Amino acid sequence: MSVDLSQFIPSFLEESFEGLELMESSLLNLEQGDDETINSIFRAAHSIKGGAGTFGFNHVTEFTHLVETLLDEMRDGRRNIDPDDVELLLESVDCMRLLIEAIRDESECNSEKIAENSRLLRQTLASSGSVISEVVTINVDELATENNNDMTTWQIKFIPEHHLVQTGNDPLLLFNALADLGEITVVANAKELPALNDIDAEELYLSWCLTLRSNASEDDIKEVFEWVEDECELILIKEENVKLSKISVDVSSAEGVSDESTLSELCVSSSKIATNTPEPSQKNNVDKPAGKSKNDLGSIRVGVDKVDSLINLVGELVITQSMLSELGNDFDLSKVERLNAGLEQLLQNTKELQESVMRIRMLPISFAFNRFPRLVHDLSKKTGKEIELILKGEQTELDKTVMEQIGDPLVHLVRNAVDHGIESAQVRLANGKPEKGTIILDAYHQGGSIVIEISDDGGGIDRQAVFNKALEKGLVDESTTLTDSQVFDLIFEPGFSTAKELSDISGRGVGMDVVKQNIQSLGGRIQVESEQGKGSTFRVNLPLTLAILDGQLVRVGREVYIIPLITIVESLQPQKTLINRVSGDMLLYRLREDNVPVIPIYQLFNIPCEFEHIERCLLVVVEADGQKIGLMVDDLLAQQQVVIKSLNDNYQQVEGVSGATILGDGSVAMILDVPGIITMALSKAQSNQQNQSHVTPSISAGVIS
Amino acid sequence: MDIQMLADEVPVEGEYSLEGIDFITSGEQYLTFLLADEQYAVDILCVEEIRSWENPTRIPNSPGYIKGVINMRGIIVPIVDLRMKFNIGEANYCETTVVIVLTVETENKTRTIGFVVDAVSDVLNVEVNEIKPAPAFGGCVPQNYLDGLVNVGENVVTLLNVNTLQEIEKHQLI
Amino acid sequence: MIQVLVVDDSNSIRDMVSFTLKSAGYETVEAKDGQDGLNKAQNGTFDLVISDVNMPIMDGITLCQELRKLPTFKFTPILMLTTESSGDMKMRGKAAGATGWLVKPFNPEKLLATIKRVVR
Repeated sequence: MSVDLSQFIPSFLEESFEGLELMESSLLNLEQGDDETINSIFRAAHSIKGGAGTFGFNHVTEFTHLVETLLDEMRDGRRNIDPDDVELLLESVDCMRLLIEAIRDESECNSEKIAENSRLLRQTLASSGSVISEVVTINVDELATENNNDMTTWQIKFIPEHHLVQTGNDPLLLFNALADLGEITVVANAKELPALNDIDAEELYLSWCLTLRSNASEDDIKEVFEWVEDECELILIKEENVKLSKISVDVSSAEGVSDESTLSELCVSSSKIATNTPEPSQKNNVDKPAGKSKNDLGSIRVGVDKVDSLINLVGELVITQSMLSELGNDFDLSKVERLNAGLEQLLQNTKELQESVMRIRMLPISFAFNRFPRLVHDLSKKTGKEIELILKGEQTELDKTVMEQIGDPLVHLVRNAVDHGIESAQVRLANGKPEKGTIILDAYHQGGSIVIEISDDGGGIDRQAVFNKALEKGLVDESTTLTDSQVFDLIFEPGFSTAKELSDISGRGVGMDVVKQNIQSLGGRIQVESEQGKGSTFRVNLPLTLAILDGQLVRVGREVYIIPLITIVESLQPQKTLINRVSGDMLLYRLREDNVPVIPIYQLFNIPCEFEHIERCLLVVVEADGQKIGLMVDDLLAQQQVVIKSLNDNYQQVEGVSGATILGDGSVAMILDVPGIITMALSKAQSNQQNQSHVTPSISAGVIS
Repeated sequence: MDIQMLADEVPVEGEYSLEGIDFITSGEQYLTFLLADEQYAVDILCVEEIRSWENPTRIPNSPGYIKGVINMRGIIVPIVDLRMKFNIGEANYCETTVVIVLTVETENKTRTIGFVVDAVSDVLNVEVNEIKPAPAFGGCVPQNYLDGLVNVGENVVTLLNVNTLQEIEKHQLI
Repeated sequence: MIQVLVVDDSNSIRDMVSFTLKSAGYETVEAKDGQDGLNKAQNGTFDLVISDVNMPIMDGITLCQELRKLPTFKFTPILMLTTESSGDMKMRGKAAGATGWLVKPFNPEKLLATIKRVVR
């Protein structure tokens, strides 16, 4: 029968990536004589090699074999743990990752890098005089069909040792296996059978003479007895040319002298067989998973406990439901109390169920943090700065999608901390600081969001330098008085960079403005605190999930819209004296020091509304990209959590709307996209300016008595 | 059980009937509906459900014939008024006004859209050779929406192409 | 029904072995390391054990030695699933009481053919 294992490729890939991460983090922490760590690194490599072999990913198998050999020597103590070797292994882990990613993405990988790395591995292995055995990738079917078709008759004498059955071997099954090779006759010899009283039921006293007529080779027959070869005497006689070989003796002696050179010879020849494997069958193996990966929507490994708790909750929900429907069958007013209790219970069940479901998407942030030890290790080598990285709160959970998208911004912030934050050793010593710099990555929950902090004990941000740079770029003018945090926020302005020269590490054309944008697109925000000479802390605030948001329901005319709470600065009843009309038709509302442009939603979305006059409306002041605007709405309704549904699935992206949700009454409501609305309003204002002659004042700010 | 007996029980093409619905393997079944007094039809296999008209939630700045979106068992489904889209009759909403929800699977995605029509009339069996090409002139319905015409008694039923119907992006352009 | 205990620390290998066995009509119980395997062995009866060698917590060789000490596992076939095709590892396996070994890369047809040699 044929078993299709290609369905297991995704899980093999996933496991391999996990294995690589484990190898990397263990290598970074590797110390001399730490056998358990070496062993776990070896095990990870070993598993990857094994799995890759199964699926015919021969590049991976061959490369990993070299890595494994090197690790094996370290494990056996044949090789000391040398920093250069660890470095080479780290590079090799990168190569393995490239190879496996290439399988996943069905693409070619940088074979030059792989070739260079395997050359270095071979060189390192050769320097210690070790012999690299080649990987054995024998195709069993191939071997079987290579045999010639001549029928031969074999006489086989099989004399097992008495304890043979105690390792679970059963002579009858061995004979069955022989019978599969051809025609067989079996004659048992019971001469050694002791008297009944002396028989030990756990011992085997029989021996056998077998006649096999088969086209199988001698090796095929020996293979049947492979597992018992040291526990029996086996004599094979080919009838034509009466060839006798006493395997029991031969093999054990061969085993004894088998040194590395004979082993490698044996293996080299088998590798030749491997290269003879016909192309098409290999192709098949590789093509199948590729086709699948295209539709791969990604998977989450969920702990059984999480699923169990979900099932329990659904169970409770079912009980509540049946209780309520029974109550509904013949309802009268005397049962109102029970109904209320039932509804209360339903609310509780639903809430718990929601939390549980959300928890399935949650992963510990260590998935995002675990790349940093390596990154800092590499950066610290490159910059010559000695840096210690401390990770905290790694178990803090975060939505998988948020996690995937926060990786790059975090990398940028950490690179930034190494490059601009931590000073060189001389400067640190001169300032009375320890030579070794420290970077701390911390994560914790705060309300409905997660906070990630990146702090360094470096030089801090030079307030004056930032201010001067901002002046130079025309972002501020001389007379502006800014608080520290306002000054520090300037580094997130587009095109701002204080590094005196572009460095290789963080000066890659991607500025802090992109970091800020990415974080904002996730519905989060970033702040910075800094003290000159002491260090800086970047604090990233992110929503726990992208699937649910806390919203403020507002009404415009007959429509209900949802404004994400995180964007809302405040909601207020406009006061007449604070409304200003500028440049013809633009309304500004004075909010303390700020002049906030007012955007009427009815106008933006072209819908009827209840109140066109700003004084009758309510103003929801929202902020995005550092810009505050006031959204004019008819009424404020409830605040509630809403589940975000995409409009894209059956329709398309709509400007000013980030998605839709379903309200308690089953109706659909649009979720407003605040940054999008700001862009819309800006472009509208610009096109208005262009056609100024046609413009009629669009908002009546006139006095209403 | 005897293999032959099993084989005998396997239905053979074209000789089957089940509760009044004819299984005709050589032709297709269409759901016919009215836009004003004209008859149109779509492939019945794509019909997800037929709903009575309910007020949808508007989509900001969308064309007039896109009436908005509704919640169909947790899925957000856009509603297109075919009468406005094709400029046939008047777009008024009364008790017989219905929404035909179509689901079409294309290579990379499944799309579900509701279409407002005046009334649903019948299920129509159409043999492939009965379908006549639509004349290439006149009419409010763009050519690419048409699969052909079928004569039913004295009436003509226009077969609409479900794939074109589901391409909302194209609705925007026309 | 033939019961097989499958012990491997790699989820994907374990899944594949188990899948192959199930599709051939065997029942399987999975364990993620030697200790887990031993616990499961003590709480059930098995007609065959298939175990990886190199595993955390308890390796396959130790598992094999421990299983042979249990009266119910005295004659149960134990197959070691291993990439270490070196004679040394095989000898160690035999010494620990293993019935035989299967050399990775894992191949479903080979696995099923081999099993026929140890279970009726």
